[in-house]
Amino acid sequence: MTETATSGADTDAATRPPADTAMEAVSTAEIVGRGNTDGNRLFKEWFAGLDRAAEEGRGAAYVFVMGSLTELLRCFDFPVVFPEINSLQTAVRHLAPELLNEAEDYGYSPDICGYVKADVATQLRGGTHPMGTIPKPAVTVCTNACNTYIKWAEIWERMYETPTFVVDVPGSRSAGEAFSTSDRAFANDRAYVETQLRDLIPRLEEISGVPFDIGRLRERLGWTNEMRRAWTRVLELNRSRPALFNALTDGTVYLGVANGLRATPEAAAYFRDLVEELEHRREQGIGTLPEELHRLIFVGVPCYPIFRRFGELFTEWGGVFVSSTYMHFASGGANAGPEYDLDRPLESLAEGLLAQTRAAMDSMFFQTDALLEMVDHYQADGIVYHPIKSCRTVSTGLADNRRAVMERRDVPSLFIESDMMDQRVVSEAQLKNRIDAFFEGLESRRLKSGTTT
Amino acid sequence: MEYAAGVDVGSTQTKSVIVDEEGRIVARALVDTGANVIQAAENAFRRSLDSGGIAGGEVRCVVGTGYGRYKVTFGHTQVTEISCHGRGAAHMFPETRTVLDMGGQDTKAIRVSENGEIVDFCMNDKCAAGTGRFLGAASSALEIPLDQLGPTALRGERPVKISTTCTVFAESEILSWLGKGKKIEDILLGVHKSIAARASGLVRRVGIEDQVTFTGGVARNTAMIATLEERLGTRLNVSEESHYMGALGAALFALDRVESEGTPVGTREEQA
Repeated sequence: MTETATSGADTDAATRPPADTAMEAVSTAEIVGRGNTDGNRLFKEWFAGLDRAAEEGRGAAYVFVMGSLTELLRCFDFPVVFPEINSLQTAVRHLAPELLNEAEDYGYSPDICGYVKADVATQLRGGTHPMGTIPKPAVTVCTNACNTYIKWAEIWERMYETPTFVVDVPGSRSAGEAFSTSDRAFANDRAYVETQLRDLIPRLEEISGVPFDIGRLRERLGWTNEMRRAWTRVLELNRSRPALFNALTDGTVYLGVANGLRATPEAAAYFRDLVEELEHRREQGIGTLPEELHRLIFVGVPCYPIFRRFGELFTEWGGVFVSSTYMHFASGGANAGPEYDLDRPLESLAEGLLAQTRAAMDSMFFQTDALLEMVDHYQADGIVYHPIKSCRTVSTGLADNRRAVMERRDVPSLFIESDMMDQRVVSEAQLKNRIDAFFEGLESRRLKSGTTT
Repeated sequence: MEYAAGVDVGSTQTKSVIVDEEGRIVARALVDTGANVIQAAENAFRRSLDSGGIAGGEVRCVVGTGYGRYKVTFGHTQVTEISCHGRGAAHMFPETRTVLDMGGQDTKAIRVSENGEIVDFCMNDKCAAGTGRFLGAASSALEIPLDQLGPTALRGERPVKISTTCTVFAESEILSWLGKGKKIEDILLGVHKSIAARASGLVRRVGIEDQVTFTGGVARNTAMIATLEERLGTRLNVSEESHYMGALGAALFALDRVESEGTPVGTREEQA
C-alpha cells in the first residue's frame, strides 16, 4: 500500500489545532503503516498458535465469522479456528486451485461454495495449510446465519464425529432499524438464544474438561467491548478526505484481527493503536492513495484469487474504497448492537449474538437504505457490487439492490462478477474492461462537475 | 487538414477509423486480428491512412480501444470499447439511449444519456453464448459462409429450439438437428433466435429505452436484426458503419483530446 501525504481536509479540519511539525516527522514514521504491520504479525502469530495446538493434538472450536461466540469458547481454552479464513488464505496464497480440484475429484460439484471445498481438501490433507497445520475440530459452534455453515459442520461430523452445536438465532425483517433491548419481541428472542447458550455451556465443559467461569466470560466480553468501540471509530474515521485506509485491502487486514483475535487483550490493544494511527493520519492529512479521485463503496466479498491486482484495478484510477459492507457483515457484527453489559454477561452475550447476527444477515435483504446512508456518510462517488459465484447468501439480492439504489439516487454503480475462491471464474481482462469503463464514466462526471483534488 | 483516429482491436477483427475536425468519417479499414495484435493494429491504421490518402503526421491523436487497446502502441491513450460504442452510436444516431453491441466474443448492452455518456452497461460473462462466436460455430457446422447465415435463416419458417447455452456444444446440437432431418434454414433461424434471447436479456438488465442502436460485426447480419427486433419489440438503428462503431467512438474521443489539449501532431511512433 502506498503511503503518501496529500493535502486534504476532512469535515472538522477548521477546528483542528496546528500540528507541531518537528513532532509530526517522528511520530508519522513510527505510526503510519503500523496497523497493517501489526495486523499481519498478529495474524501470523494466531496461526502459529493454531499450528502449536495441532502439534500438541489439542482439539479446536470451529466457528464462523458471523456469530462466532469466541468470547464463550475462549473461556474453555479452545483454540478457535475460522475455516472461512483458512480457505480465503489459500486463495490469497494461490493454493486454492489445487484444493478445489482435490475436493471436486473427491466428488464435490464445481457449484459448491469454494470455502467449503478448500476446507474439505485441507482436512483431507490432514490440516496442512500455508499458514501452518490446522488443528482438528473438538466442537463446532455455529448459528443458522448461513445454511452452508450447518451443512459444512456436518462434513466434520462425518469426518471426525465432531459434535456440532447450532444456535438458532431468530431472524427479523427490520433491517436498518434501530432496535430496543426493552422491546418485548426482542426480549423474547434474546431469552430464546440465552437458553440455548445455557444448554451449550455444560457441553463445552464436558468436551474441554474446563469448568465454566463467569468471571472469565466477563473479562472476554470486556475486551470485545474495547475492540468494538475502536472498530466503530475506525469505520467512522474513514469519512476523512483523503480516506485514511482502503476498506478493500487494509480493511481485510483489520478484519483478520477482529475475527481471529476477538475477545483477546491483543485485539483490544491492536485496535486502540489503529485508532491512534488513523487519528494521526487524519490530523496530518495522510491518505491511503497518492491522489484520491474517486471515493467508492464496496458491496460483497473481495476477489481473493487476485486480491492485490483486484485492488490495483481501482487504485490505478485513483479510486479508494472508503467503506464496504464486508467490514460490517464479515466483522461478526463488531459494531452492531449494544455493548456487552458486564453485570449480566450471559444474557448480554445472547443479546449481542442476536443483534450482531441480525445486523450481519438480515440487513442483506434490505440493503438499499443502509447503502444510501453509507454513500452520504462517506461522501462516496460510486458503488461497486461484486457478487460471487460461491456465495448465494451474500450475492443473490445484489442485482435487485442495485436497481433499487439506481431508482432512488443518481449514484454510479458497477456490477462485476467473479469469485472469492475459484480462479476459473475470475477473468482479469473482463474485470479490467468493466472497471475501466466505470471509471471513464466517473472521470467524465468528475471533470464536468469541476471537482478537483 | 487535421484528423483524429480510433483503432478498435477486437478478438476477431481490428478496425481503424479516421475522422476530420467535424467528426465525419473520412477513412476506415478492417483487418483480421490474428495472433499478432500489435501488427494488426498497425496494419489497420496504415490501411485507413492509405484509403483516405492521409499522411500519418496529419493524425493528431490516436485512441486505442477493444481488448487489444493496450497493444495500439502508437496510440496516445486508451478508452474501453464500452465507452467507445456508446459514443459512436450516439454520434451516428443522436436519439440513441440504448446500444446493443455484438462482437466476436463479447455482447454488451449499454445505456447512454442524452449527451452520449454511459449510464449503465452489462456484458456477457465467461461464456460466448449470445455472441458472434456462436454464429461462427453454426457457420462451421453447416459449412455456410458467415455472410450467408442471415439470408439463409430468414428463409426459415419453423425454427428449431436450440437449448444449449454453450458455444462449444452448439455445434453438436446443430448436427443433431441435421441428423433429425431439419432444414438448414430452420436450424439457422433457431440459432439466431437463441442468440437474440441471450442478448435481449442483457439489454433488459440495463433497461430498454428507445432508440436502440445495434452495433458490432454481427449488426451486418439481417436475420440477427430481425430476430432482435422481434424479441425486443422495437426497431433497431443499424448503420452501414455499425462494424466500425467502436473505432468511431475512439476517434471521437481522440478528437476531444485534440480540441481540449492540442495533442502534438503525429502518432507516438512518428514523434519518436
